[in-house]
Amino acid sequence: MTSPRRHFAGWLLCALFIAGALPQANALPAFARKYGLRCSACHEAWPMLNYFGQKFKDNGYQLMNDHDAPIWQNPAYWPVTFRMTPYWHRESTDKVAVDSVTGDATSAAREAQVTSHGFDLSGLDFHTGGTLDKNISFYLLPSSDPTGTFHFETVMARLDNLFGSSWLNVKLGKFELDNLVSEKRILTLTPISGVYQTYHFLPPGDANIYGQIGDNQLGIEYMGHSANDRTRVSAALLSTSDGNVNLASGTNTYTGFFAASQAFDTGKLGVQRLGFYAMVGEAPITFLTSGGVPVNGTGTGNKGFSREGFVGLFYLKKLDFLVVTQHGSDSAWFGQGFGNATNPFNGTPGGGNGGGLNCIPGTCVLPAAARAPSWNGFLLETHYVYSPQIVFIQRSEWQRVSQQAMTTNASSLGNTDMYTFGMRWYPIMTSRAGFAWHNEYSWLRTVGGSPVTGTDLTSSSLMSGFDFDF
Amino acid sequence: MPTKLLKWSWLAASAALLLAATAQAQITSYDERDRLNTDSHIGKYTGHATNAKEDYRRYCVGCHGELGDGNGEVAQWLDPKPRDFTLGIFKCRSTPTGTLPTDEDLFNTIARGLDRSNMPVWNTFTKQQRADLVAWVKHFSPRFQKEKPGTPIEIPAEPEVTPERVKAGQDVFARVQCWKCHGVEGMANGPSASTLTDDLSRPILPYNFTDGSRPKCGSTDQDIYRIFMTGLDGTPMPSFSDNIKPEEAWDLVFYLRTLQPHNTFNLKERQIAKQLGLKPVNPNAPAQ
Ligand code: HEC
Ligand code: HEC
Repeated sequence: MTSPRRHFAGWLLCALFIAGALPQANALPAFARKYGLRCSACHEAWPMLNYFGQKFKDNGYQLMNDHDAPIWQNPAYWPVTFRMTPYWHRESTDKVAVDSVTGDATSAAREAQVTSHGFDLSGLDFHTGGTLDKNISFYLLPSSDPTGTFHFETVMARLDNLFGSSWLNVKLGKFELDNLVSEKRILTLTPISGVYQTYHFLPPGDANIYGQIGDNQLGIEYMGHSANDRTRVSAALLSTSDGNVNLASGTNTYTGFFAASQAFDTGKLGVQRLGFYAMVGEAPITFLTSGGVPVNGTGTGNKGFSREGFVGLFYLKKLDFLVVTQHGSDSAWFGQGFGNATNPFNGTPGGGNGGGLNCIPGTCVLPAAARAPSWNGFLLETHYVYSPQIVFIQRSEWQRVSQQAMTTNASSLGNTDMYTFGMRWYPIMTSRAGFAWHNEYSWLRTVGGSPVTGTDLTSSSLMSGFDFDF
Repeated sequence: MPTKLLKWSWLAASAALLLAATAQAQITSYDERDRLNTDSHIGKYTGHATNAKEDYRRYCVGCHGELGDGNGEVAQWLDPKPRDFTLGIFKCRSTPTGTLPTDEDLFNTIARGLDRSNMPVWNTFTKQQRADLVAWVKHFSPRFQKEKPGTPIEIPAEPEVTPERVKAGQDVFARVQCWKCHGVEGMANGPSASTLTDDLSRPILPYNFTDGSRPKCGSTDQDIYRIFMTGLDGTPMPSFSDNIKPEEAWDLVFYLRTLQPHNTFNLKERQIAKQLGLKPVNPNAPAQ
């Protein structure tokens, strides 16, 4: 029994030494190639940006050196980056609903621990971005799920530095909200940690899918910043659709997103940043029906929702901390599962994947126990950047429902705690390609979340993979 | 058994990683080590070379190279080439040609970047980080140990722009033959333009005043004054401090402004040029 184990360990050691002998390099391929910069210039550890990378992005993917236009590039240059991650993972959930008698659908449900493990693939990201001309930039990201089904994750064009002012930039399309701590550049990759819980949380019963600031949204954004990017402001007008195309939500409503931040010099420690954001929107709960099915574009009875909080980016030598707080609140109607009745995509509450409930006039009333749900979230992510090539990551997220959608709910119902620990090692650092060996363990608990007994639901995820892009 | 196997491979992996990490952290040894105690002084900031080591590796090394010799891995694709710091020769100085720049010169250059090159605008750093980087840049060259920086040239107070001064500036432009390289309209197409090479024999173009790009060494009137009175060392752009008197120098600055497209600095000069109906200098006119 010991020999295969030794073999495996020996193989790993060998692989590591070979990898360790590779030349040094950093990588964000498409931009890095264009400007001759290593990944580490713009990324704290790719894909997460550092301050210089944030400034580059805010300038519309421009260094502002009068050579940003594509005309300065070798005609063979093609601004494309592929990114994908093959990996091994182990997922475990302690309470999954199963038949108490296997094969007998009529038997009572019981809860069982389910653990699965094996080799797998991430989706493929197909990044292309840069400038169409000086001060006209673009980003296009067709992105697939692991089966190869594509959607457009990001599609935007941006007019930069209008009238020569860094305070005037306008972009249109589907894009990431200007929330500083970017879910699209997340350093954690398990199914539990691959998104920020804080950016997606909903209390039990709530059907409002539109307030997810981690999702790319469709709209128009104004953004302005000082020349050195110490001060940043932005305001976006978004379709209330959670980024889904074809007006699939059929809501004809809009959401605003506002963000501002200021950075401060603290000598050797570098630049610290503090900011806030707010999202305010509305969505209808009542749709006309045809054959009983809600009809797109007929929504009325708009109800409101909001998300707001603070963001901090703090640096202490090799350590840095990302802090995000969020206070969220939804109309009591969303809390009862109404809203997004026409959305074929994202709905999870009450009605499974079919979207939320339609509020049919005459029959739809709020239960007496219904309240507008509200909650508070807190996220703390720490990086220990041993060198631009090795980064250790931890993140803790806590979501606490402050007002349940039903007064009859236990006050802690739906609260979640998430912890994740990981390490990314970038054996190469060039301006051509990126490679990271990613290892991570994540853990999530949802109070009262188990499907049968309504006790706490716990799941964990372990992964090790090769994250590469070129 | 799978759990045990996992445990072992994790242990092995962590051990291997630690080894690999320490191996990568070592820098090749070279004589620059003796100069690691180099300091810089900019106003109230004192920079220490060693404090900039990590920033240099993160941000600069891909172009300027581990040894500061300008041979980073991407240098082969860049034009102009990254500066070789070991030579101690810099374009942007407030000091006379041939002398070392002041710490403040390097400090300003790093935050300004060098336009029309791949050298980025590094204004994201704190002043302390930049001061440390100045010390680090200096430590690569033995010149900074042997020589003091030059004394910054004196720039007299800027006079009012007048039509007379703009015309006088044009005469200077003609007399000292800026046009030979920069062209009569400032379009970088003078008769010598295509023949120019820098001190390392690499082809180099004069600055084109008309294309809206920024001078590498600063855009203000004082910066322009400084550029032609100190020269850009390492390039054919000479210092004219021996040929141009200080008051004439201001006239020339005003004239150069008329060649540039509209920007924040040249409103008056362009108006005056229009009123005067200023024509480009005539290279064939007899010397005055
Ligand atoms: C993408 C490549 C690149 C990176 C990264 C880079 N530089 Fe440069 N740097 C250049 C080039 C190219 C030049 C020469 C430009 C020219 O001659 O016009 C240069 C020139 C310089 C000069 C000389 C200025 C003068 O007056 O002659 C200094 C000082 C300098 N760089 C400092 C730095 C520092 C400090 C960093 C890191 C914070 C850095 N550079 C990062 C490309 C780079
Ligand atoms: C022998 C050729 C030559 C002559 C004569 C010459 N220049 Fe230049 N000049 C250059 C070159 C080459 C550069 C570009 C240097 C570089 O990009 O590093 C330049 C750059 C400049 C710049 C921009 C510097 C910067 O920071 O980017 C200015 C301003 C300038 N010259 C003004 C003048 C003036 C004024 C005169 C006459 C008094 C003059 N030049 C004469 C060759 C010349």
